[in-house]
Order: sequence, then C-alpha cells, then structure tokens
Amino acid sequence: MTQHSETQSATLIKEFAPRRSFLAYFQRWEWLLVLLIAVVIVANTRLSPHFLDARNISRTSSDFMELGLMMLPMAFIIITTGSVDLSVASNLGMCASFMGWLYMHGVNIWVAALAALVLGSLAGFLNGTLVARLKLPPLVVTLGTYAFYRGVAYVLLGDQAARGYPKAFTYIGQGKIPGTLIPFSVALFIVLAIIFGLILHRTVFGRYAFSIGNNENATLYSGVPVARIKIILFTISGFMAALAGLVLAARFGSTRPDIGTGLELAVITAAVLGGVDINGGKGTIIGAVLSLLLIGLMRFGMGLLNVQGQVQGIVIGLLLILSILLPNIAQQVSSVRDVRINWRSVLIGLGALAVFLAFFLFFFWSRALVIAGN
Amino acid sequence: MTAQNPPALGTSPGTISNLLWTLVRFREAGISVFILILVVAITLRSPSFLSVDNFEDILLNISILTIVALAQAMVIITRGIDLSVSSMIGLVAMMVAFVVKQNPEMPVLFAVLLGMALGAVLGTFNGLIIAVGKVPPIIATLGTLSIYRGLVFFYSQGTWINSFELPKSFKLLSKGTPLGLPNMVIVAIVVAVIVYYFLNYTRTGRDIFAIGSNPDAAQFAGIRKQRIIFLVYLISGLLTGLAAVLWASRFESAQTNTGLGFELQTVAASVIGGVSTGGGAGTVPGVLLGALLLGIIQNALPLVHISPFWQLAVQGVLILVAVVTDNLIVRRAQRTQK
Repeated sequence: MTQHSETQSATLIKEFAPRRSFLAYFQRWEWLLVLLIAVVIVANTRLSPHFLDARNISRTSSDFMELGLMMLPMAFIIITTGSVDLSVASNLGMCASFMGWLYMHGVNIWVAALAALVLGSLAGFLNGTLVARLKLPPLVVTLGTYAFYRGVAYVLLGDQAARGYPKAFTYIGQGKIPGTLIPFSVALFIVLAIIFGLILHRTVFGRYAFSIGNNENATLYSGVPVARIKIILFTISGFMAALAGLVLAARFGSTRPDIGTGLELAVITAAVLGGVDINGGKGTIIGAVLSLLLIGLMRFGMGLLNVQGQVQGIVIGLLLILSILLPNIAQQVSSVRDVRINWRSVLIGLGALAVFLAFFLFFFWSRALVIAGN
Repeated sequence: MTAQNPPALGTSPGTISNLLWTLVRFREAGISVFILILVVAITLRSPSFLSVDNFEDILLNISILTIVALAQAMVIITRGIDLSVSSMIGLVAMMVAFVVKQNPEMPVLFAVLLGMALGAVLGTFNGLIIAVGKVPPIIATLGTLSIYRGLVFFYSQGTWINSFELPKSFKLLSKGTPLGLPNMVIVAIVVAVIVYYFLNYTRTGRDIFAIGSNPDAAQFAGIRKQRIIFLVYLISGLLTGLAAVLWASRFESAQTNTGLGFELQTVAASVIGGVSTGGGAGTVPGVLLGALLLGIIQNALPLVHISPFWQLAVQGVLILVAVVTDNLIVRRAQRTQK
C-alpha cells in the first residue's frame, strides 16, 4: 500500500507505526486472483454442464477483448498518474462512428479504419496535452472529453447505424485463427498484452511510469520528461480505444453512436481489481489480465445461469469495492495497538448494520409484492 | 475562517492579484455574462425563446439537476466525487413508485420522506466505504453505481411503472402550482437556500471547505475529517433521494434506465459553476448558474434548429472550457501573488 497523503496525517498523529507482515498474504495480489479464478471455474463447472465447452468459451472470450484492449493502457495511466482516463469508451464510440460514417460515404473500409485509428490517437493526444501541459486533473479533462467524444459520435451518425461492412473487415471481430478455436481478437489481445507487459516491466519507459506514479516531483527533478511520457501514454490510450472500436464494430457488424457506452467503468474495474493501485505507482499487467479473466469467467458463468447482465453488475461492483476495502480494513486492524474495545465504534457499526438490515427487509418485502403483482 | 473561496490563499494587498482573485471569486460574474450573451444570441434567432412559458419550462427542467448538482458540489468540495447519484435516482424512483402504486391513498409527503430515507441509506453505504473503509471516492461510487443499477433490475425484474399506474396526487407533486410556481421549482429553491446557509454559515459547512482545501491542516485543527466526509455522502444520498421522487413524479414513470448517465450532468453543472475538483472551492450561486447554462443549451438547441445530437458535444466542450479558464486564472493569480 502506498502511503497516500490522506492517511499521512493520521499516521503522523499516531506516531509512525512500522509495517507488519500481517499483509504478506495480500502482497502478491496475483495469487489471490488465481485462487479466485480456480474457485469460479470449479463452482461454475458444478453449476452448469455447458461451462467447460470449448466452443462456448471461444465464443464468449471475444466478448471481453475490447475491454481488455482498453485495459492495458488504462493500467499504465493509473500507475503513472494515479488517476483514470474516463474518455476511453466515448473515444471508442467516436472512432467506430467515424469509421462507419466514412464507410457510408463510400470510403474504402481499410482507409476508414486507418483514419479512425489516427482520430483516436489524436483524441488521446488532446487528453494528454491538457493533462500534462496545462496540469489539469486527468479525471476532469477526460470527463469533459467523455461527453465531447460521445457527442461527436452522435453528431456523425445521429440516429443512423452504419452497417454492411465487408467480410474481410468483420473477420477482426468475428473470425478465428484458421485451424483453431482461438478468435482473432483474442490472439490480438494476447500479443498486445505481452508487448505492454514487456514495456511496463522490462524497459526504462516502464520504470519511468512507476517512478512518476510514486513521486512525480522527484522524477521530474531527476531529468525525466514527465509531461512527454504522460502525453505518450494518453495517446496510446486513445489509439487502443480506437482499435477496440474497430474490433467491436467488426464484432457487431454495424456501428451505432452509442456503441460501447459505459465500458470505461468496466475497464477501470478490471484494472483496479487486477491490483493496479488507484493512487498510482503500483500494479502489474499480469494482474490486470488475470482480473479480466476472472471477470470474464464470472460473467460467462452467471450468463449461463440466466442472470441478467445488469444484475451481474452487482457482483462485479461488490468485487471492485471489496478488492480495495478488505486490504484497507486488514491494514487498519493490524495497525491498532490498543486492544480495548472502542464501544463508540461498536455502537456506530451496529447502528449502520441495523439501518442496512431495515433497508434490505423493506427491499425484499416490497420486491415480493412486485413479483406477486407481475 | 472568514475568507470565502478559495480559502486556501488569503487575499493580500496588491492590485493585479486582487483583481484576478476577484475574478476567481466572482466566477459567477463570468458565467452570468456568458449566459446573457447566449440568451441574446438565441433570442435574435428565435424570439419565442424569451417567453415566460419557455423560461418556466427551463426552470422545470433544471430543478432536479440543481438539487443533485448541489449535493455533488458538496462532495467535490471535499475532493471527492459521487458517481452513483444516477443509479441512486433509478433505485429510489423505482422503489418509491412501486410503493405508491401499491398504496395509492398514501399521502404524497410520505412518499417524499420515504425517498429521502432510502436515498440516505444508500448514501450511508457510500459514506461508510469511503470515510471508514478509506476506499477512494471514485472507485467506491463507481462500484455502487453498478451495484445500485443492478439492484434496480433485481428489484423490478425488468418491468417498469407507467403513468396510469400512479395516482394523480403523486403526479401533481412535482408539477402542481399552488404557490404560483411549480412545486418542484420551489423545492429546488428551498434546497438551494438551505445548502447556501449550511455551507456558509454553519460550522459543519465551513469544515467541509476546510477539509477540501487542506485535509491535513484541517485535521490538525481538530476537524473530524472522517465524520465530515461521511456526512457529505449521506447528504448526497438524501438530496438524491428527494430528486428521485420528483423525477418519478415529473416523468410519471419509473424505468430500469431512469437517470442513466445523469451523474455526468451533475458533475458538469458543478464544474462549469466553478466548483474546483482540487477541493475547497465552490459556491451555491455558481452551481445554480452552471445548471441554468446546461438547461438553456438543452432548451435552445431545437429552437435555433441545431440537431439535439449536438447537445452532448457542446456540454463536453463547455466542461473543458470551464476547467481550462479556471486553471489559467488561478495560475495567473498565483504567479502575480508571489
């Protein structure tokens, strides 16, 4: 856990407490993810006979590749800036719409796709410039471009849908590597994940990313071009969003301006669940990939059990919160030296529990009436 | 703590810096001028814009936005963000609408109180994870955004409540005009006055600014940081619950996608209104003007024959312009002050 400024004062007040090895278990987050994946696989295999069907898995796996493609640069951005790029899904929508718009106006599909990639990179470059040169918080900048890029998608296509893409193009979203069950998009993701992993963990550029995330000023004074690195990262994020847009448009075989709406939250969830510290400076690509696998398997399993997509969101949302909450609580508990029970906290805790209990009693009671009414 | 915003740096005697600080402080003046220019321009192209009816329409449209944006502003002032407001609106609107449908004879005031209570519970959940669990606000509310939305589906089984299923008294709750103006507008005004008083003239309100401008210093000064942070999310839930009831009443329905994407608009209204995401700065009049600006744009685009598809893009550009100007002014002010 990186010591964040918010907790610094608390630490100062209580005098500096040495870190204990209580959290050693959590220190390799990836192992916990592997364990969870194993649990999910075993549970799902028992719940549904269709879970371990190779063709099913092959078909489902391509559903998560757009998410994965955007997650890779997102992990980089979170590690470096301690903030997120909220505009990725809107950028995806803008680029896919731009490609569809060009295609509808008679432009060759591959030229249109290339133009979309350029547009995505430019959009990312704009984000990066505003963040790095004007020193604006990434969250606010990308909130603005989140609305702006999605808006451009609507301006381009309106209530139309671009369709009729040639087969050669839809292959990148629907096709499989010849002779295997591996979808092309999955192969693309794996190759890119390896490249991103190597860059983050094996190159100077990757070390700079961690270094900026841990202490931006110190890194700047060491002569690292911090602003340029940030701009490069946001540009890559824009490029990958555009690439994800192409894959998604190819998978659907059409483009509507609302394509990929809300994906940014899933992307951030996947990265953070993968152990990428939202305060920056910590995280691995392998962790992010494992968490994508975990989310994919969970959603696939719940889908087989006929759980609605939105209801699946409850589980994913809880997982996201718990992945940060549990280590925090464990740390708080382990740093308490005074073993006497604080009755005030206990009372507050019980009060909160009673409130939530009352809420859920009411929730299920009135829900029963809802079901009875249908 | 007598200084208004931004409280982080006091005003020192100096001519240019004072002028720039005035600009920062009277951010409202900047937006007002912008709104005036916009109104004149729109009226020139479409005179029907400047009618009492149309103005009332705009007020009706931004009442809900104003209530939630004020809550959002309080959260942002503490350096947080509450992305879950849109899902809270969806869940509370759905639950209240079902209860109202089951008990048509119930007094509407009870529906309002129920909505606020439900919202407060959801806000409590946010507040506990953030203040006690130390989960970063953006992650926590991102999680509850999808949890609360999932609960809407789980609760309603994908069905929704239509206009004919709701009693007339409930539908009139937002639109009735016993006091001359629609009730909803009056509620928004009352909320704005209360929030204004709370933020500026109560100790807790000032603590919110103190926490936002310098959390460590505030804590050393004896302000209970955890409690204040918890409180703003609780208030956010409470006001959002109120807004949810008004939403169900105004649109005479509750659907599984009610309020979807609304969180962006509340953040936009706050940020355009001069609430700094760095924390510690923001005013109630600013937020009101921010909401009004969004409402005018939404209302005017069809009048001047611009496709409504431009609305989102314009909103995005406005956020960017607001943030960039804010940043430039503050940086200039800081430079001249040195």
